[in-house]
Amino acid sequence: MLKEKYAKEIESLLARYPEDKKVSAILSLMHIAQKEYGYMSQEAKEEVADILGIDPTHVLSITGFYSLYYEEPVGEYVLEICNDLACALRGADEFIDMACQKLGVQKDEITPDGLFSIKNVMCLGACDRAPMLQCNLKFHEHLDEEKFDQLIDHYRQRAAEGDDRAHEVVDKILIETHH
Amino acid sequence: MSDLVTIFVDGIELQVEQGATVVDASKRVDVDIPVFCHHPKLEPVGMCRMCLVEIGMPMRDRATGEPVLEEDGSPQINWGRGLQTGCTVRVADGMRVRTTTDVVDEARENVIEFLLTSHPLDCPICDKGGECPLQNLTMAHGLGESAFDFDSKMQNEKHVPLGELIFLDRERCIQCARCTRFQDEIADDPVIGFHNRGRALEIVTLSDPGFDSYWSGNTTDICPVGALTTADFRFGARPWELIPVASISPHGPEGANITMSTRQEAKSGGRVVIKRIMPRQNELVNEIWISDHTRFVHHFADAADRLTKPLIRKGGVLVETDWDTALTTVAEKLQAAGSSAAGLSGDRPSNEDLFAFQKLFRQGLKSHHIDLAASRIAGGDVTAQVGIASGSNLLDLGRGDVIVVVASDLHEEAPIWWLRVKQAAERGAQLVVLNVRPTRLDKFATHLVHYPVGEAVATVRQLLGAAQISDGASDQIGKIAEAIVGATNVVAFYGYEGLTYAETDVLAKSLANLLQVKNSDGHSHVGRVNNGLIAVWPHNNTQGAWDMGIHPALAPGYQSVDQPGRSAAEIYSGVQDGTVQTLFVMAADPVGDGLMNGRGLLDFLVVQELFLTETAKVADVVLPAQSWAERDGTFTNGERRVQRYYPAIQPVGESRPDWQIIEQIGHKMGLDKPHFAASLVFKKGIAAGVPQYSDMDYRSIAKVEKQYPDVGGEDLYYGGTSYENKHGLGQQWTSAAESGDVAMFTVPDVTPSAAGALPVIRTAALYTPGTLINRSDVLSPRMAQPTLHLHAADADRLSIATGDAVIVSVNGQSLQLSAHVNGAAPQGLALINGVSYAAGVLDAKIETA
Amino acid sequence: MTHIILRHHDVENIHELSVYQANGGYEGLKKAFSLGPKAVIDEVKKAVVRGRGGAGFPAGLKWGFIPGGDMQKYIVINTDESETGTFKDREILEKNPHQVIEGALIAAYAVGATKIYNYWRGEYMDAAYACEKAIKDCYASGLLGENILGSGFSCDFYNHFGAGAYICGEETALLNSLMGDLGQPWSKPPFPAQEGLYGKPTVVNNVETLANIAPILVNGADWYVGLGTDQSNGIKVVCLSGHVNRPGNYEIEMGKVTYHQLIYGEEYGQGMRDDKGFKALLPSGGSGPVVTADALDADVSFEGLNPFGSMMGSASIIVMDEDTDMVWATEKMTHFFKHESCGKCTPCREGTFWLEKLLIKINKGRGTQEDIQKLERVATQIQGKCLCALGEFATSPVLSTIKHFMDEYKAKVNTAVPVPAD
Ligand SMILES: Cc1cc2nc3c(=O)[nH]c(=O)nc-3n(C[C@H](O)[C@H](O)[C@H](O)COP(=O)(O)O)c2cc1C
Ligand code: SF4
Ligand code: FES
Repeated sequence: MLKEKYAKEIESLLARYPEDKKVSAILSLMHIAQKEYGYMSQEAKEEVADILGIDPTHVLSITGFYSLYYEEPVGEYVLEICNDLACALRGADEFIDMACQKLGVQKDEITPDGLFSIKNVMCLGACDRAPMLQCNLKFHEHLDEEKFDQLIDHYRQRAAEGDDRAHEVVDKILIETHH
Repeated sequence: MSDLVTIFVDGIELQVEQGATVVDASKRVDVDIPVFCHHPKLEPVGMCRMCLVEIGMPMRDRATGEPVLEEDGSPQINWGRGLQTGCTVRVADGMRVRTTTDVVDEARENVIEFLLTSHPLDCPICDKGGECPLQNLTMAHGLGESAFDFDSKMQNEKHVPLGELIFLDRERCIQCARCTRFQDEIADDPVIGFHNRGRALEIVTLSDPGFDSYWSGNTTDICPVGALTTADFRFGARPWELIPVASISPHGPEGANITMSTRQEAKSGGRVVIKRIMPRQNELVNEIWISDHTRFVHHFADAADRLTKPLIRKGGVLVETDWDTALTTVAEKLQAAGSSAAGLSGDRPSNEDLFAFQKLFRQGLKSHHIDLAASRIAGGDVTAQVGIASGSNLLDLGRGDVIVVVASDLHEEAPIWWLRVKQAAERGAQLVVLNVRPTRLDKFATHLVHYPVGEAVATVRQLLGAAQISDGASDQIGKIAEAIVGATNVVAFYGYEGLTYAETDVLAKSLANLLQVKNSDGHSHVGRVNNGLIAVWPHNNTQGAWDMGIHPALAPGYQSVDQPGRSAAEIYSGVQDGTVQTLFVMAADPVGDGLMNGRGLLDFLVVQELFLTETAKVADVVLPAQSWAERDGTFTNGERRVQRYYPAIQPVGESRPDWQIIEQIGHKMGLDKPHFAASLVFKKGIAAGVPQYSDMDYRSIAKVEKQYPDVGGEDLYYGGTSYENKHGLGQQWTSAAESGDVAMFTVPDVTPSAAGALPVIRTAALYTPGTLINRSDVLSPRMAQPTLHLHAADADRLSIATGDAVIVSVNGQSLQLSAHVNGAAPQGLALINGVSYAAGVLDAKIETA
Repeated sequence: MTHIILRHHDVENIHELSVYQANGGYEGLKKAFSLGPKAVIDEVKKAVVRGRGGAGFPAGLKWGFIPGGDMQKYIVINTDESETGTFKDREILEKNPHQVIEGALIAAYAVGATKIYNYWRGEYMDAAYACEKAIKDCYASGLLGENILGSGFSCDFYNHFGAGAYICGEETALLNSLMGDLGQPWSKPPFPAQEGLYGKPTVVNNVETLANIAPILVNGADWYVGLGTDQSNGIKVVCLSGHVNRPGNYEIEMGKVTYHQLIYGEEYGQGMRDDKGFKALLPSGGSGPVVTADALDADVSFEGLNPFGSMMGSASIIVMDEDTDMVWATEKMTHFFKHESCGKCTPCREGTFWLEKLLIKINKGRGTQEDIQKLERVATQIQGKCLCALGEFATSPVLSTIKHFMDEYKAKVNTAVPVPAD
């Protein structure tokens, strides 16, 4: 249960907003819920609704509206590759094809080991460093085939070591830095 | 109230209240600016872009502030940049609106074309066909043909259940958000929402159980296309085949105005059947909303088990008989009993029925032993004095006003009032809620008091005391008293939750006295428009029953009788001890409700009913009555508004109207010949015998006038929202306080009902099992199950867990309930729900079964 | 030139509070305290700092709309930055966060706001670390919280993270999102200055706009007015991307650098990649009309591209070389707007979908001459009818490429294999 596990963090996130406007914290709570459940599962939605005292329909609405929330299970590491115009001018479309081929999956599929899925996304605000991708909110820029291989190895190794820092960005910003 | 500004719509000058939207203002001069997302009952959002018009303002010289004039002396108009949405722009003095220019026409064509790139053209098979704003507006403003290749139209799911009541056709939805905004803004139950974004936007719910709000049906009315349909009506009929019949909700004290859409149907043996119920606009009563209860309960009218013939007991069993035998038997038995005969009535029949009923007893039998079979709440005599003044409209309450609600869960007991009270609070009225436990109204309360069990009366007395002394005490009660006395207008509602009948009497009188306390400028809160008391009666015509004199001590029009008869309670005990031998029960089921233990020592029992109820099963004669849908008549709502309903379907079997049956019995006993029509019972009986009704007849009650916002009309863009009211806005009778001062009430003493270690109260649920609601297939699955709600601490102490079967024995009766441990019950108080048991704080024994 | 906004190029570790302070940091705030709120607004008005979020509305005027009185007021920083080709606000907040915090504090002090929310696009969460740290340091040193620097003025600062939606950059959508709702814009009025966050008066400013404020207070409005052109005071951070050798953020004085210089200048883009010829550029991400070589001599300023029917906007310049397929590029941009359309208003929701359909068809070689006309008609049909500017934005790549590159469209439909009529 998020409520218990992240009691302190949730409290500090809620504290950012006025007394009767706690629903403002919904996006942050959903980032935490998604870190916990991997995607916005039914459970995740219900728990967020419960914390905020709102109907789960609202959480469902929000899930569908914002592209960073996943409605279906995804790999432990989600590689979101921008192929918007500025990146595409620097080879992003080819880069996605290469990435899919390397991992042996199509876009939006999960690798058989459950480690990766690939999505193509709209501009991530790193057009000067294309091709680039974000993996669980961590940016990897100036990529090419070789760097992509290294990245995949890096995450594979982490997984092999049982590293639980797959969501290090959310951890760092929403979990560890509460004040 | 509000200031008027002058605007010009297509050159037509008009004065309109400041703050009105351009769209709504233009309607006043019959300029229809097409809309889809806009609905005058919802906050403007300006999202569909259908209402684009040109809007200009007179120019002013920056330096001097003087209007800039054209050469001809007319003001120079700044038409701004481009088109603006008429639904979001509010009128301002001097504003010019152009709705017929080429740019406007083109914008309309464009927006419609965009909408039709997604919307299927399946009008011929659509439930909304014929009353669809999109269809209408396409005809009026569409291009005729589109450049869009319709192969690439959205292919989408057609029949998505959003719950058991409402279905969504995803293809048809035009994303106007009327439905979601209704649930959020009006119903405060945001259980449906948009999902995804852009063109993938769709309506969804994740609520459990689905989209199942008390108001869900209204979304199907205001949906501007056929995207939302009720489970009940889907594919039921084409709107143009339906014949609308005006009626009044047979449920609840609010008197919601409705229209029944009827059709003759082969599959019903050529009978006319009710295909659906929709709201009929009455801004004074229910605006354009009805609860799902009102929408779906009508199925009882053509239920298969309706009584079709009179029954008579022969050799211990009830057998069919003819009317004459039945009526003669009843007349003879009643006459033989004479003034010892007793009558119990329900509070659902019409005024005509109830008037005839009491007349049969009072005039025909010289008996005052008449009462309501289930008297839960007293105070008709009090509201007759200080009830909400005639001409009032809860819609007018807002800033500066106070609404008090005591001992009632309005959301369950009278949802339309809940809605109107909530909205008044949102408009700025201070809401005072006094109850023994939390309810859905609490959220909107300015002042909230949860008094301890058994202390309702004491709390209201304190309030009255504080108001009378008005010493500026700063405690909560002092503050509430101050707010009430100082308010511009005050309306007080009282109910019966957790109270005995005697306690409600004290409550009514104390509140009446509170309303009579004068503020510094000598105003009290009775006898003035938008002020006064409202009883939250349990049924649609409880008020009428009081008015018609269904009371052992009060004859029609609240005239006291010299020698009061037996009250219902006394009749029930008389049935058991043999002092009551002959009993006539009309439209009530005291045996089924646990009020009467079988037929006791009765010698003769006649029951007049729609169904073979528990009471009817033990009767000697059973007389089949017509339901309200089969005939005409009047109900009086809790605001004392007398309203007419009209016959929608043919009578079932040989059933007859209640008043007619009673007059026929009376005639056999030597009273006048039966009237030919309900209108004559009203005119000759009620208007003559009930002083408060003396200025009414069927015509005056049926008067209508133009209502704003113009929603029910047959214009292009609110089509299907609700029916126009062509059949009457009703007539409110004047309370005594309106024609002069009334005296303060003497408030009797009352011992609060006894409470044991764990007191129990019954709370109402909108869908509580009962004779009528049980026959609605749509509603029966959503019925409140007989449940005992316990606070976790109490449950622990009693070792009861959620789901346990428990037996609660009250006054020698046992109720089988299922336990539910949750937040609904405060600590130290148990609630029973889903049973129609009598009121009060019950000293009950709780055991696990 | 020394940088005014991208100061990390000149001062190492300027993201550290101590370094920032050692280099004049928070002097602007102190100056503001000594001037008093009204004079601060006057100074910012005098400097005419036009909004850097794209619309160019003067910040001082906007602040001046905030009503007086005791009610709660808010400053909201727009760090949504999701327009294709835009990446300046991330760098500013990551490398020089205190300058934004200081600017926001001055704004808050000037209008009487006591809470600042910084709305980040969710994808920038990692980049927010420096800002999180900066906030902490500010609280610890009395620069945030109660009674800031003994001025009697108290103010809180919170980071808030979005979750992936370009539309949340539109200020009312942003506020809805911040209030926990769908990020859909509302129809103005009410403007945020009247009824913004939680229904209270709110200033929404872009990161870069706020980063300009402290230097203005320190150096005076006259200094600022002295930079740039008549209509474009001060400096601008431009985002250069696409087919150039050295993409990135560059700080320039407005009116003093041409697009040509930006692409070819040694201190900027250093020329076209692979020495290809220049074909076109998008001056403001996907939303500003495309311009061709004849516009290269225009200077970068709010008014510079007016003669070419385009605009500077947020100065997110996407450069395209001679080999770029412009119909393909248009489809890319149209796909972006369709993907990001919130769906609230009809013309944008349906129109962007329709535009993309047509472009896909043309790019697949299935289009006809009529489809080009249709494309133009649908785009025109969207114009002037949408609730917010997104729909309007979506029409500009379509209409401007049709204007400049009709031959490319024609080439595609002329080679089209005729398909049976739908
Ligand atoms: C679709 C759309 C997206 C926008 N995105 C951004 C954005 O990412 N960042 C931004 O500062 N302004 C954005 N804006 C402009 C804002 O609505 C608003 O004008 C700006 O934040 C005001 O700040 P400024 O006056 O300091 O520029 C966007 C506007 C629209 C219509
Ligand atoms: S279902 Fe009907 S009311 Fe709801 S958004 Fe769609 S069209 Fe509008
Ligand atoms: S935008 Fe005005 S009616 Fe929809």
